[in-house]
Amino acid sequence: MQDVNITIIDRDGVSHEIEAPTDMAMNLMEIVRSYELAPEGTIGICGGMAMCASCQCYIESDTDLPEKEGDEEAMLAEAFFVKENSRLGCQIPITEDIEGLKVRLAPEEL
Amino acid sequence: MIKTDILIIGAGPTGLFTVFEAGLLKLKCHIIDTLAQPGGQLSELYPKKPIYDIPGFPEVKAGDLVDNLMEQIKSFQPGFTLGEVAQDIDKQEDGSFIVTTNKGTKHHAPIVAIAGGLGSFEPRKPPIQNLAQFEDKGVQYMIRNPEEFQGKSVVIAGGGDSALDWSIYLADIAEEVTLVHRRNEFRGALESVDRVKELKDMGKIKLITPAEVVDVYGENHLEGVMIRKNNNPAEDFPLSADYFIPLFGLSPKLGPIANWGLEIEKNAIKVDNTLDYQTNIPGIYAIGDVNTYPGKLKLILCGFHEATLMCQSAYQKIYPNKRYVMKYTTVGGVTGFDGSKKEAPKSVVRSID
Repeated sequence: MQDVNITIIDRDGVSHEIEAPTDMAMNLMEIVRSYELAPEGTIGICGGMAMCASCQCYIESDTDLPEKEGDEEAMLAEAFFVKENSRLGCQIPITEDIEGLKVRLAPEEL
Repeated sequence: MIKTDILIIGAGPTGLFTVFEAGLLKLKCHIIDTLAQPGGQLSELYPKKPIYDIPGFPEVKAGDLVDNLMEQIKSFQPGFTLGEVAQDIDKQEDGSFIVTTNKGTKHHAPIVAIAGGLGSFEPRKPPIQNLAQFEDKGVQYMIRNPEEFQGKSVVIAGGGDSALDWSIYLADIAEEVTLVHRRNEFRGALESVDRVKELKDMGKIKLITPAEVVDVYGENHLEGVMIRKNNNPAEDFPLSADYFIPLFGLSPKLGPIANWGLEIEKNAIKVDNTLDYQTNIPGIYAIGDVNTYPGKLKLILCGFHEATLMCQSAYQKIYPNKRYVMKYTTVGGVTGFDGSKKEAPKSVVRSID
């Protein structure tokens, strides 16, 4: 099992190069929280159930990601600031397939 | 004025279990919650989802856990102020507190236990410029009095159960109901989706999808909304409307308790975890997901533990001169305030001749 390199641009526009572990069953939202790239309480509010959109991010690389499932589709249909390349970070597992992924965190809903 | 021993803010699992632990100590509780029903996140967000880490329950649905907690605390007769937000707190000269809700309901207690979870659930407001300007002047985030829509034109936005259900309900009352949703698919109970389709075919609901409301306009009161179809600004068109009701569900916000003078860190209330989960204000405790301390985990089972220790400390505060020794429920039973008593059956001693 190897770490993968991903780039996360936080809500202030600062870019972070992160080595994310592939052997801890983590998702992208949890990586953001573990590195505290967004304040606690502003990301991953529902805990990763695709029931809030606080971990919404925009995919900026052409990395192959798993298809959206129903829950994620439905949540994104009601989220704000949604773009074509929007995904929920909690629905993106950290695997070797996402090496080189680059994402930008969507603005916080107020 | 509602008087109680422990005023609990938040009717989630931690708040509910506090009633039980307090009840064992003969302390009465009253609970305030923003939502209309007890259970907090469990009822509001994921009632049908399973939880696997409640000790003794290999699997329990969130909604069932709430039902069980309500049953467990029933004999302690907790009071509830539901559908109201704890807004202001006033410390009295004797050290007790008066907590007033947004609707003016006053509660008086020597102890306040904030079990507010992620905060109070507030309607999610779409980021539309000028939206705030029309709040209560045609823009509403919840429907309190359906009759006011009689003979009016209403635009509802959203794709979940509340958007569907209110569209159906208002179709019979309002002059015109338009439902706007970003997708052609709706996520709601199948019957609701089918009913909306029926009403659309009957011409009683106008459905605009995939589309969203991107602007609102009017002089003093709302006069209409700008609708963008297919995410294409070239297709924007105005639709006159007396009311615009965005129904995008609820999201938790720390809310007014953030202004109570409590020490806040990481959107949570700092407490003393070496002792009793008291905040920087003596007599105010914070338990469950709403608090933070080194090593904090936002788990229901941790909230239960915090509630238990907090009640012991509250007891000592209320009765500083009493010596209390914790008694197992198996030994002491559970005596409700309603006169009921549950206790372990006595073992039978009988000799064998």
